[in-house]
Amino acid sequence: MPVTQTAAQTVTLSRSNRAVPALLALILGAGLIFTAGFAWPSALHNATHDTRHALGLPCH
Amino acid sequence: MFRTILFSAFGAGLAVCLLVTLVQTVTTEPLILHAEEFEGGGHDHAAAAPHDHDAAAAATDASVVAHDHGDGSEWAPADGAQRIAFTALANLVVGIGASLILLALMVLRGAGIDARRGVLWGGAAFVAVALLPALGLPPELPGTPAADLLDRQLWWLGTALASGAGIALIAFGGHWAVKVAGLVLLVAPHAIGAPQPPSHDVAYPGALAGEFVIASLVVSGVLWTLAGASVGWLYQRLSRTT
Repeated sequence: MPVTQTAAQTVTLSRSNRAVPALLALILGAGLIFTAGFAWPSALHNATHDTRHALGLPCH
Repeated sequence: MFRTILFSAFGAGLAVCLLVTLVQTVTTEPLILHAEEFEGGGHDHAAAAPHDHDAAAAATDASVVAHDHGDGSEWAPADGAQRIAFTALANLVVGIGASLILLALMVLRGAGIDARRGVLWGGAAFVAVALLPALGLPPELPGTPAADLLDRQLWWLGTALASGAGIALIAFGGHWAVKVAGLVLLVAPHAIGAPQPPSHDVAYPGALAGEFVIASLVVSGVLWTLAGASVGWLYQRLSRTT
């Protein structure tokens, strides 16, 4: 059934098409949260100190 | 599509930054500053050896290994405008990050994306990364004795991930066994247990701790629900026009 096959391919394609940007966004977002909320360098910790405390993230 | 995701998350992050900074200024920030007054007699964040935890540890007679801010030479923003500016910047980074994560998950899920769905995802994220981790590691004011930092960060991350996965399994799982597995994931981190502080003696008046936990949860709730609502709304609008 060529028609069904094409439809199935379209669905697969659109799923993988959106998976790549979504996964990139997920990694970027996690990186930002890690930098602001978890990273250890002292200057970074001091700059983000109040936000870490306010969000209940482990600090110090 | 990635551009639309980025623009939506940046816009939502900006909204989060504005509102969360405002909410922090009237809720958590006064409590943090108040608690710091008891940390070795300095209100001055920059001068007091990036708030002096050694003095706090000595005052509470607690062997707080993780309270290591180095010597006084480490850079820290000066109290006042500079400190508020860096807090706002941190809120912007967290806001964009939270919006990116929520939007990425909504895109991966593949159902429609709008403000209403966004707020639901944001609410679920709040439970996963703020409410449930707070059961083991309650939000802490400066000057609170605590276990090793890395141990706490690992427990926190593990709990947030397990809780998020657990909620997703319960919400989207078809079979009852999948939902039960989700429930197990929600409970497991607490059965394992969070790293415990060496003592519960604090440098500041203890009643502040309770106020701070509630204030912190309110801030987290505002952050995640606003991030979800605004990133869902923006993505729906932007993807319609592109």
